[in-house]
Amino acid sequence: MDKNSATSFDVLVVGAGPAGIAAAARAAEYGLRVGVVDDNVAPGGQIWRGSTHEQSTKAKVWSDRLRASGASTLFGMRVFDQPSPNVLLAEQESGVAELHYGKLILATGARERFLPFPGWTLPNVMGAGGLQALVKSGLPIEGKRVVVAGTGPLLLAVAAYLRKKGAKVRMICEQSSWNRLASFGVGLLRFPGKISQAVVLRKDLSGIPIATNSWVVQADGSLKLESVTISRSGKRERVACDYLACGFHLVPNIELPMLLGCEIRDGNVKVDEFQQTSISNMFCAGEPVGIGGVDAALVEGQIAGLAAGGRTKEARSLFSARRKARRFASALERAFRLRAELKQLPTLDTLVCRCEDVAYARLQQHDSWRAAKLHTRCGMGPCQGRVCGPATEFLLNWNPESVRPPVFPVRVESLASTTAIR
Amino acid sequence: MPSQIVLRVNGVRVSVPTGVTVAVATAMAEQACRTSVSGEPRGPLCGMGICFECRVIINGKAHCRSCQIVCEPGMDIRTNG
Amino acid sequence: MSNKPFDVVIVGAGIVGAACADECARRGMSVALIDRDVIGGGATAAGMGHVVVMDDSEAQFALTRYSQKLWHSLRTEFPDDIEYEQCGTIWVAVDDEEMGEVRRKHGFYGERGVSTQVLNPKELRALEPNLRDGLAGGLLVPEDVVVYPPCAARFFTERAQKQGAQLFTTASVKRIGQGQVELSGGMQLSAPRIVNAAGAWAADLTPGLEIKKRKGHLLITDRYPAFLQHQLVELGYLKSAHSVTSDSVAFNVQPRRTGQILIGSSRQYGAEHKEVDHAILTRMLQRAQEYMPALVAMSAIRTWTGFRAATPDKLPLIGPWSGDKTLFLATGHEGLGITTSLGTAKLLADVLTEKTTEIPIEPYLPSRAREEFAHA
Repeated sequence: MDKNSATSFDVLVVGAGPAGIAAAARAAEYGLRVGVVDDNVAPGGQIWRGSTHEQSTKAKVWSDRLRASGASTLFGMRVFDQPSPNVLLAEQESGVAELHYGKLILATGARERFLPFPGWTLPNVMGAGGLQALVKSGLPIEGKRVVVAGTGPLLLAVAAYLRKKGAKVRMICEQSSWNRLASFGVGLLRFPGKISQAVVLRKDLSGIPIATNSWVVQADGSLKLESVTISRSGKRERVACDYLACGFHLVPNIELPMLLGCEIRDGNVKVDEFQQTSISNMFCAGEPVGIGGVDAALVEGQIAGLAAGGRTKEARSLFSARRKARRFASALERAFRLRAELKQLPTLDTLVCRCEDVAYARLQQHDSWRAAKLHTRCGMGPCQGRVCGPATEFLLNWNPESVRPPVFPVRVESLASTTAIR
Repeated sequence: MPSQIVLRVNGVRVSVPTGVTVAVATAMAEQACRTSVSGEPRGPLCGMGICFECRVIINGKAHCRSCQIVCEPGMDIRTNG
Repeated sequence: MSNKPFDVVIVGAGIVGAACADECARRGMSVALIDRDVIGGGATAAGMGHVVVMDDSEAQFALTRYSQKLWHSLRTEFPDDIEYEQCGTIWVAVDDEEMGEVRRKHGFYGERGVSTQVLNPKELRALEPNLRDGLAGGLLVPEDVVVYPPCAARFFTERAQKQGAQLFTTASVKRIGQGQVELSGGMQLSAPRIVNAAGAWAADLTPGLEIKKRKGHLLITDRYPAFLQHQLVELGYLKSAHSVTSDSVAFNVQPRRTGQILIGSSRQYGAEHKEVDHAILTRMLQRAQEYMPALVAMSAIRTWTGFRAATPDKLPLIGPWSGDKTLFLATGHEGLGITTSLGTAKLLADVLTEKTTEIPIEPYLPSRAREEFAHA
């Protein structure tokens, strides 16, 4: 049965990760009518996913603050379209919710970047965050042999978590160089909070070999993963394993901002000092503005929430905290930049588009994302290019094209629903 | 609330802890979630509902992203292998 | 810059331009094929890829039938990515009036050698169980076909190139006429014959051409194999395609070889921007749901729009343009571009080589326009 609904907010926040929670809390604390909408059934986004006893203190503090603020939470709702100005449509379990807003804050977060290599489509090859999410949702990992690979601080956090859950983490392969990581480590001296995090991590990881200048060259197995071949400073090594947790840092979720017409620069949503986008009643905070981690997300979310509520003085007071958080974010980007060798990993047969099974060889025949999409169907599958887009961007320097509704697959009836504004 | 629930994966009875996702139940039943267009077995990749590799058929409904759905007693889960 | 002489320069590498390039190259002409975007990137990419006979007029029937036979004759040569499927069409009738139209079509096609079958409600349900109850029947046209047009355009382009044709993509054409094609960036191509196959943008290059953009919408679902076997079109589609003034939608669904369902169709006038129009999309999907209720729960992956090139009398423009001895037209195909591309290519090449055409070309000549459009 059709269960459509319509609600109106002064400030609507899309995404209930750290940035969205902070934005919604700050806006609602000043008495504005605030709604925060998220596809998931609980707040936290990706980084604060999991049951409450596993959450960090920061996550608990902010979740409590959101609850106390009076903001409405709209979970299990997937935003897919803006049919007319100031209205977003979100699909629910049954029916469509019409969300009217005065101001919009986009806190759509990020997703892992996946790069293709031979065997990457085998079952039990997952993202680093991917395997962690599966384990958090109940996948038994005790006693299982896991290799963690790719790039980014997420690798260490995932390895530590998996080990805590009883996995045998065979090794961590970080593609970055020791020099780059070391200078990142030295840079950490400027961020005392991060050092204690790093010290804790060292304890959690003791005994697990960490190889830098290292990446997975191939995954093997008949029906599922059985082993990986690793390149480590030029030498190859085969490691038997049950799971490969492999991700190459993060890419921002800018699809909804693009659909709405926000200006994008270098793959990030362009914002001013108040987190305002090129569209005057739309703000953006956190990863879509530039991958920066939890602290940047929390500060920017607050600035956006305050600015959306007209609290410019309070917003300004957070500018220096944001500067500091963003400095860390830049250090992060420099330390984990992708090396050129990763472009050589896929062979001609390696599938790049997993939805439509398009091999690298076919993509190489085309000059642009658009031509490849039209002629090979790469990017035309249900992931809408979320997996193959960043891969082809890295491998072939292709840029994605404009976004059309639905910004995420939805039921036909959701696109067909009649609402008051039509 | 019982600590285990029972459902079917490709017709076979499987008992899983309450609260796990359909992707986990499928893995515990040693089944790949789906077969790709060129015939490869596939399982979850991203774990956050954006890659669509974990799609299964739940109670007759196709294209359900199993990593996003919590198991319910009596669910009929089919992979398209 | 270079002044390379070609026998013919074709502007527009959509399905029509590509087919023309292929046919001209096959007949020994040196061909240049130009497009400002990717091959098959215009209406060719946006449409349904339905290769269909139509009986709106004798001229329309002649061209679609001629072309369909050409598609059939090539079917064993097509690579897999063209997804050639002879799934057939069923024209769906909701009431007795539309069944009358079914029987008229059945007679019309029968007299002209196209095999069709009148379906009663039971037969219709047996062929397409996901259509709703209570329909009056339909007309099955088993020889109709479905293809994936961008790959077809590429196939014809590459075949032309193998026979010496030269392809210029991402090359914008500024001006054509008097034996010269001027590209942006200063490059000029000269040819005694220039073909305007620029579809919805043909009038930009040939002022005075009576071509209007007719916007359409489409939606594609995830894979649901065995849900749909034939292309299904409501008989009301003809009313939609006939109307020259108002926006309209019509039920039109197609099974792709991938098992995805393509849902259309819509027609709008005066809409110049390519953004999805939510009001029209809603209407179109609601119309589709009326015929196939099970569509509502399907996962919709993408929507998009495209611009058909429409002429006042709904027939394409194929042949010499009277204003300029060097200029020829192969455009204005509205919703039948995929089907009639192959017939168009033959007719155009016949004109360029002064051969007798296999079907009468008079109904499609641009010169008819001057007289008939004045009355339309």
